[in-house]
Amino acid sequence: MKSDFTPPIGKISNINGQCISLIGNDIDTDRIIPARFLKCVNFDSLGESVFEDDRKTLKGKHPFDLEENKNASILVVNSNFGCGSSREHAPQALMRWGIKAIIGESFADIFYSNCIAIGIPCFTLPKKSIEEIQNYCNNQSLLLEIDLKNSLAKSKDLNFNLEIKESSKKMFLSGEWDATAILLEKSSLVERKYKELPYIKFIKVV
Amino acid sequence: MSQDTLFDKVWDLHKVSSLPGGSDQIFIGLHLIHEVTSPQAFGALKDKKLKVKFPDRTVATVDHIVPTDNQSRPFKDSLAEQMIETLEKNCLEHNIRFFNIGSGNQGIVHVVAPELGLTQPGMTIACGDSHTSTHGAFGSIAFGIGTSQVRDVLATQTLAMNKLKVRQIWCDNKLSKGVYAKDLVLHIINKLGVKAGAGFAYEFAGPAIHELSMEERMTICNMSIEGGARCGYINPDAKTFSYIKNKLYAPKNEHWDRALRWWESLKSDENSIYDDVIKLDASKVEPTVTWGITPGQSISINQQIPLLDELSPNDKLVAEEAYEYMSFKPGQLIKDTPVDVCFIGSCTNGRISDLRVAAKVLKGKKVSKNVKAFAVPGSEKVATEAKQEGLDQIFKDSGFQWREPGCSMCLAMNSDKLIGNQVSASSSNRNFKGRQGSPSGRTLLMSPAMVAAAAINGKVSDVREFIN
Repeated sequence: MKSDFTPPIGKISNINGQCISLIGNDIDTDRIIPARFLKCVNFDSLGESVFEDDRKTLKGKHPFDLEENKNASILVVNSNFGCGSSREHAPQALMRWGIKAIIGESFADIFYSNCIAIGIPCFTLPKKSIEEIQNYCNNQSLLLEIDLKNSLAKSKDLNFNLEIKESSKKMFLSGEWDATAILLEKSSLVERKYKELPYIKFIKVV
Repeated sequence: MSQDTLFDKVWDLHKVSSLPGGSDQIFIGLHLIHEVTSPQAFGALKDKKLKVKFPDRTVATVDHIVPTDNQSRPFKDSLAEQMIETLEKNCLEHNIRFFNIGSGNQGIVHVVAPELGLTQPGMTIACGDSHTSTHGAFGSIAFGIGTSQVRDVLATQTLAMNKLKVRQIWCDNKLSKGVYAKDLVLHIINKLGVKAGAGFAYEFAGPAIHELSMEERMTICNMSIEGGARCGYINPDAKTFSYIKNKLYAPKNEHWDRALRWWESLKSDENSIYDDVIKLDASKVEPTVTWGITPGQSISINQQIPLLDELSPNDKLVAEEAYEYMSFKPGQLIKDTPVDVCFIGSCTNGRISDLRVAAKVLKGKKVSKNVKAFAVPGSEKVATEAKQEGLDQIFKDSGFQWREPGCSMCLAMNSDKLIGNQVSASSSNRNFKGRQGSPSGRTLLMSPAMVAAAAINGKVSDVREFIN
């Protein structure tokens, strides 16, 4: 875990870093951060516990324990990454370990939304390209330069056209991935909606 | 793109604005919170100097971390105590209704909101929990969110979201005897896969679905997320309305008549357009059990664990991982697999009808000596009702432990955990590696009736042999 963690702020347009490959489909958020670490009222110490059980099982051979990966920041995964529980603790733990972007075959919906909400761009690539990156990472370190505006990933040997949802891309480039401010802007429309909705008057819970 | 489905109607009704990036700003009609995913959201509000926009649209309860053996305060686990205290303080400070332990209304958030009548057709419902899809059983659009989105709902009562596509899952005929909603949803997840629902809302429809009780419908919608769909729903009908009527927060008097007329109008139109339609025959579904490490890895009780060659190329990687983790051999029968722990509870199957079905199997029988079995009612209301019906006594007489309400060993955030590589027969929703509290623990998901049958025999069994 990096001791100098600072959360991302504002516009995100370029991410340069070393790739770390994690092979496996359907890696769920319970595996990313087991439930016992959810007993906390802040996210601060989650980085050290990321993949705790998988890492213990592999006794130092898990990608997140390998010396050559200790400065990696771009995670490369397979399909349906982050499925299961909605716990934001999962991307928070990855981010606090040092992950700044994820490239995968596909992501689970809630995990993907959580990543956007905390400033981790998630890109997709076809299975074949992911395997190409993962194979490359097995043999040597891969330093990737991601240009979000043009959805390009460049390195010495490999180049890829990354895919990212247009709405997500715009949010990162404008800094609006931290959605609270933009949602607050429409507060008069929200108040009107509150008055208009047929069921608001049915239920008063306070 | 879908048109005139209930999803489209409810989405359009709740749309506040189109955001510059292309997503929609959606009003959230009911926000449910609990102790695990809300503290950081309240912390963020404080950092940003924001208030809760509409405290009357948020309701809280405590479920994930509560002990089920001794609930007296302070909890033995100081971290759990800190979490409940933080929730108490946040609710008090922000004037949010909190159903605490002992209120008579505490329980698993997805059990509590429907039984209080808070969950109603046509609403948007969000909660920092992936099983929020449960509430779609009432014809609401309900989905799980993360903590930053909990912060956004608290601060603005809205979310920035991309509209989902809609897949209709049409279920013909009806379930046969000894086959339950849990079997049907496990079957659906197996057929479609655990990631097929990404980007979709699932509309469960057809005669087999409308035959189901409201609690069974909740079981179906609850596990939409296990099929990758963060939202699943069922068009409301007379059963929906009669379930809600007279509940604590149900519309009353003239509001009831108005609500009913509005709810009737929400259903997907007969000629509505779906992005995808899947049809299946519910009468063919048999009691179903998971054998692997994803909820999609399931088979019928009399089937063998699939051979690698029988699986599609995409499923092979995780199947190999599953054989190894579960210590199962391809081709092995799932029936007669010895079990160590039997758990009945959770937001999937911890409701009164689940306990009734299990009690019927257990009545007059004894739990196998080799099995630790426990039942955890989904809420204080469920527990009270079960006691009034004498179900708790049937469970206790059979050798089951009878516990206090909470999430318990579904995710093992309290002291209810598997030990070592124990095998559990569980009525919960996830069989992920380590899910039930032991990094090598093994989970077999099944219906509550099947868990009861496994408890008696000490091994995976066909419940149809118990109910004739």
